[in-house]
Amino acid sequence: MTSLTLPVVLFVIIATATAVSAVALVVERNVVRMAIWLLFTLIGVALLYFLLGAEFIGAAQMIVYVGGTLVLVVFGVMLTAQGPMRELRTRRIEWIVAGALGGALFVLLAVNAWQFSTPTSPDDVLPGVGPLGLSFLGVSETTPPENLAGVPADAPMRRSPVAYLLPFEIVSVHLLVVLIGAAYLARAKRRVKP
Amino acid sequence: MNDIGLTPFLMLSGFLFACGVTCVAVKRNAVAVLMGVELILNSANLNLVAFARFTPAFRLEGQVFTLMVIVLAAAEAAIALAIILNFYNNHATVDVDEATDLKG
Repeated sequence: MTSLTLPVVLFVIIATATAVSAVALVVERNVVRMAIWLLFTLIGVALLYFLLGAEFIGAAQMIVYVGGTLVLVVFGVMLTAQGPMRELRTRRIEWIVAGALGGALFVLLAVNAWQFSTPTSPDDVLPGVGPLGLSFLGVSETTPPENLAGVPADAPMRRSPVAYLLPFEIVSVHLLVVLIGAAYLARAKRRVKP
Repeated sequence: MNDIGLTPFLMLSGFLFACGVTCVAVKRNAVAVLMGVELILNSANLNLVAFARFTPAFRLEGQVFTLMVIVLAAAEAAIALAIILNFYNNHATVDVDEATDLKG
């Protein structure tokens, strides 16, 4: 069995906190409190990224999700508040069906995850910010050190020399278009009384 | 780090995914449904980073895909909130059960 080292203890603490926050997010009725539980869940996932050694991803998660998306969601909650304590209640039968669905899904995923053995994992760490940025700019070598599963060993891995420059550009232009569209959609209009 | 292994991360990721799906299925507030979607995307991201850490062939790819998913999730949240605000302007509610204008 695994020994009780510092990463194991940290993982148990962070994973428990994340899972409890996720469950509380599901069972909570108040939307503002749901946003707070979502905040804790996102911070827990970011801490897991730090634990895995992906510092840049963890920092991006903190900045984009916790700093940006969550503030956006809270603004959405505030702008669509419906009276002081009016809540949208879910019927009991819907809770039962959705809970059974979620439980069955978790069992399926857990059984599948249990069959994964940890691959032979060398002790080197994930590439940091430098190789990541160079691969986005297309000047980095992205050929994997080993052959991928499913690829014949004698077939050369052919990859484009511009590694991730085109997806990076597509994502950035997509973000620009989406933000302009969101600003257009959410512009102030006269409210229609039903 | 190696004494944790891949499986606990996959377990936690599957748990977050199931919680997100349950949240999407059970909530009636559109903003709450959006939070469930964010949870699902986070669980997928955790999966990607865990595989990137434990599979030597995917050192870079996992992180690259995770960054793209984070950016696209931000875009998705922005556009979804714009749609929700528009719906609230027109119908004075955010109940997803009321969004039946296109129903035949």
